[in-house]
Amino acid sequence: MRRAPKDSAESMRRISRRGVLLGGAQLAFAGALALRMRHLQVDQADEFRLLAEENRINIRLIPPSRGQIFDRNGVILAGNEPSYRITIVREDAGDVDDTIARLSALVQLDEDELGRAVAEMQRSAPFLPVTVAERVSWEDISRVAVNAPALPGVTPEVGLSRVYPRKGDFAHVVGYVGPVSERDLARYEQPDPVLRIPRFQIGKVGIEARHEEQLRGRAGAKRVEVNAVGRVMRELDRREGTPGADLQLTVDAGLQSYIQARLGTESASVVVMDVNNGDLLGIASSPSYDPNKFVRGISVADYSTLRENDHRPLASKTVQDAYPPGSTFKMVTALAALDAGVVAPDETVWCPGHLKVGGRRFHCWKRAGHGHMNLEQSLRESCDVYYYDLALKVGIERIAETAKRLGLGHAFSIGMSAVTDGLIPDKEWKLRERGKSWVIGDTVNSSIGQGFVLCSPLQQAVMTARLATGRSVAPRLVRHIGDTEQAISEAADMNFNENHLRQIRRAMFAVSNNRRGTAYRSRIIEDAYRMAGKTGTSQVRNITAAERARGVTRNEDLPWKRRDHALFVNYAPYDNPKIAVSVVVEHGGGGSKAAAPIGRDVTLQALFGGPPPLDAYPSGDRAHIAAQQERLQKLIEESSPEASSRA
Amino acid sequence: MSYLEYTVKTVPAGWRKMLFINWPLVVLLTALAGVGFLMLYSVAGGSMAPWAEPQLKRYALGLALMFVVAMVPIWFWRNMSVMAYLIALALLVAVEFFGTVGMGAQRWIDLGFMRLQPSELMKIAMVMMLAAYYDWLPMRKTSHPFWVILPVFIILLPTGLVLTQPDLGTAILLVAGGGLMMFLAGVHWAYFVTLIAGGVAGIYTVFLSRGTDWQLLKDYQFRRIDTFLDPSTDPLGAGYHITQAKIAMGSGGWTGRGFMQGTQSRLNFLPEKHTDFIFNTLAEEFGFIGGFSLLALYVLVLVFCITSALQNRDRYSALLILGIGATFFLFFAVNMSMVMGLAPVVGVPLPLVSYGGSAMLVLMIAFGLVQSAHIHRAR
Repeated sequence: MRRAPKDSAESMRRISRRGVLLGGAQLAFAGALALRMRHLQVDQADEFRLLAEENRINIRLIPPSRGQIFDRNGVILAGNEPSYRITIVREDAGDVDDTIARLSALVQLDEDELGRAVAEMQRSAPFLPVTVAERVSWEDISRVAVNAPALPGVTPEVGLSRVYPRKGDFAHVVGYVGPVSERDLARYEQPDPVLRIPRFQIGKVGIEARHEEQLRGRAGAKRVEVNAVGRVMRELDRREGTPGADLQLTVDAGLQSYIQARLGTESASVVVMDVNNGDLLGIASSPSYDPNKFVRGISVADYSTLRENDHRPLASKTVQDAYPPGSTFKMVTALAALDAGVVAPDETVWCPGHLKVGGRRFHCWKRAGHGHMNLEQSLRESCDVYYYDLALKVGIERIAETAKRLGLGHAFSIGMSAVTDGLIPDKEWKLRERGKSWVIGDTVNSSIGQGFVLCSPLQQAVMTARLATGRSVAPRLVRHIGDTEQAISEAADMNFNENHLRQIRRAMFAVSNNRRGTAYRSRIIEDAYRMAGKTGTSQVRNITAAERARGVTRNEDLPWKRRDHALFVNYAPYDNPKIAVSVVVEHGGGGSKAAAPIGRDVTLQALFGGPPPLDAYPSGDRAHIAAQQERLQKLIEESSPEASSRA
Repeated sequence: MSYLEYTVKTVPAGWRKMLFINWPLVVLLTALAGVGFLMLYSVAGGSMAPWAEPQLKRYALGLALMFVVAMVPIWFWRNMSVMAYLIALALLVAVEFFGTVGMGAQRWIDLGFMRLQPSELMKIAMVMMLAAYYDWLPMRKTSHPFWVILPVFIILLPTGLVLTQPDLGTAILLVAGGGLMMFLAGVHWAYFVTLIAGGVAGIYTVFLSRGTDWQLLKDYQFRRIDTFLDPSTDPLGAGYHITQAKIAMGSGGWTGRGFMQGTQSRLNFLPEKHTDFIFNTLAEEFGFIGGFSLLALYVLVLVFCITSALQNRDRYSALLILGIGATFFLFFAVNMSMVMGLAPVVGVPLPLVSYGGSAMLVLMIAFGLVQSAHIHRAR
């Protein structure tokens, strides 16, 4: 088709016009794009740079290694040992089932744990390691490492896990660690992020719990670059954490093991304290339990066995249980009376076997009566009537005041869990707590450590140490935190009349050295180590009239739960006191029979720093002491193989 | 002036044609492809495989095709226009039956040595067809309703086929490209004004209907629109890609993070980093300066096309060059708008830079046509 040139020229002009127009519009649009680019890349650059960094950088915590706990000589009580686990990375494993089959031929795998691991593997990203076995032995790990070429994607990994090499010996003192629970997290307002690390463990009871902050340390962190699906591409930088501080206790591991062995299966507790600086050399509660089981996760069956045992292995009896102190309280009553000036040391009181107060008869343990008793005789033979008489003269308020000055009735904060206050009653207390007014019979009961009076074994050791020194010694359990020594509390002179104290000490000496003393059978005959003590037998029941009529008052004839508690406190050596010891044997019967021998054995063991020579014992005892020493030594070696070798 | 009125003597012949090729345009295209190789090398983590090397080979092939096409006189191509359109249309129908499904859409025919996307071919074939149509149509009939309806069919027929694949991006490019051709040819303003006004009114009605009884779109479709308008409302779902793309771009700053240092693309936060979102990788690694330079290259290509068209007194040639320029513009304008969060993500590659065979070859052939028109213009 021919076209008119005019038409053609006209149409070319129009096309050019529109072409230029369109070109202009295109240019304008390109300008808009450039502005948008500028807006994103220049105006908002910082914001987007930040978002990009947030995208790619992940912060991972590095758990700190937990501080260790040592005894006074550097023996390890709580340490960290490498614990091995086996992980599988799905994408490296190829055929996962096949790999697991080959792995289980080498290593015993737990069915449940394996099932959980396989399920986790299906869910999680293929490059994430999944734990298939934990707490694997070194032998198993070696086998896996040697067979690595046949086990693609399988990696042995090492972590640290808490271990208590002394097993039950320090269970109540050191406590144990366990996994972080929701309740633990709820305790803190802003929980340390390290607590959120899977498998992280924190102290649950004892020193582990009370000194958690110091032992835990501070988590480190590493910044890693991750890609869009979360795979770690490389580590950018890392800041190492601060390991937890090591703790050194005042306790002597050797002595503690000895005490635990000596207490055996009794439901009993012993506290050994340095009278000069308050260091607790031994603080044992029996029966005990293996804290390592709690670290691994104790089975329900094991736990209920521990809970249902009527000897209460889980209880930390030295600090958390309070008992009526019985006759061991008589020193308090005597000191209060002497200080008040209501009695002189050689003034005698007539004991007919009972005392009638307010129309009620208060019996002496010796029904026939002791006859005339002065201070030394009454303490030595533990005459009750003498103290009833003293209490009536001096009154409960002064007795309570003296008791409190001697360290009874309030808790010492020593870093263990659930430390009890005990109880020293007075008139105001009874009105407030019981809503009843004080009666004279309460004073009489209190004078011999019965009635409302309650003391923990720790408090009784403190009382004994204060009587031995006249100074306000306070217990110390933690000696060093990291490199800082913990202050020894200042033991000020308590301003008791030195003469009165001497009278009481002499009477206590008579208890375990005079032929008529209640603990004479548990005497030490080596002059340099002679001890001064006091037995106690505290009733946990009221003897009914029917029982009295039947004549069934012998402890051995009663069910265990209703027998008397046996108590003994002592310090030694008499002329130069070094240690104070307090013993409580729950439902053990008489203090002189059940508690005093333990007190003596522990005292000698502590003073000698090991098995004492037999010469220290009366000749009649040596044969059975020798046999006992041999038996205990064997027991200690069996229970903790490393116990004899010091780290 | 039509090609029949040429003083043929003024047109170069034989190897002399090489001298009359628009060489600056060749340099520009090579520069663009070079940027593509660089970025494909970077997103592969500093490796020629798997993208940079095939792209390089395709560019070499494309360059050869461009020269071959350029050597052939433009009047031959004018006569081939209808044929090209019909072949492309036939291939589009064929892809419905023999097409290979990829990414949930039937888009290509496997030719063995390469995968042919007929929809790419159609972009150029349609420009040729419309240029030929308006070259043939007397000027005074241009705005006659009948002669307007006809090209609308020429545009909507392949568009409908492409939409069934479904490939929204290409469909939009076809409609917009065809529309621009009609505009260039001189169709009366009123048609475009009416169309735009109608479109705006339609969109307004759709939004107005939201939440009423006569709601025109499904709820999920509205939500998609919401996500487009504000990607932060759905950062992990549909908005994830565009959010990550903007982060990549923005974090580049003025000068970028350095070659192969772009964390967003290297760590795979950026989706489709070798195809649709390759511009973000460039912007992340070379910053505003890099991004702006690429934009400038594209604009220069346009400028050379328009200049060439204005020099050309042949109607077919001028329309063809302007149309190919407009199609090229639509490619990068839609892609850049999309990756900068100005338009919905519809899947349009960045011309000559994104990884992809058909688009590269078709564009090089198109520029071959531009060169042919340039060489064989009346002087």
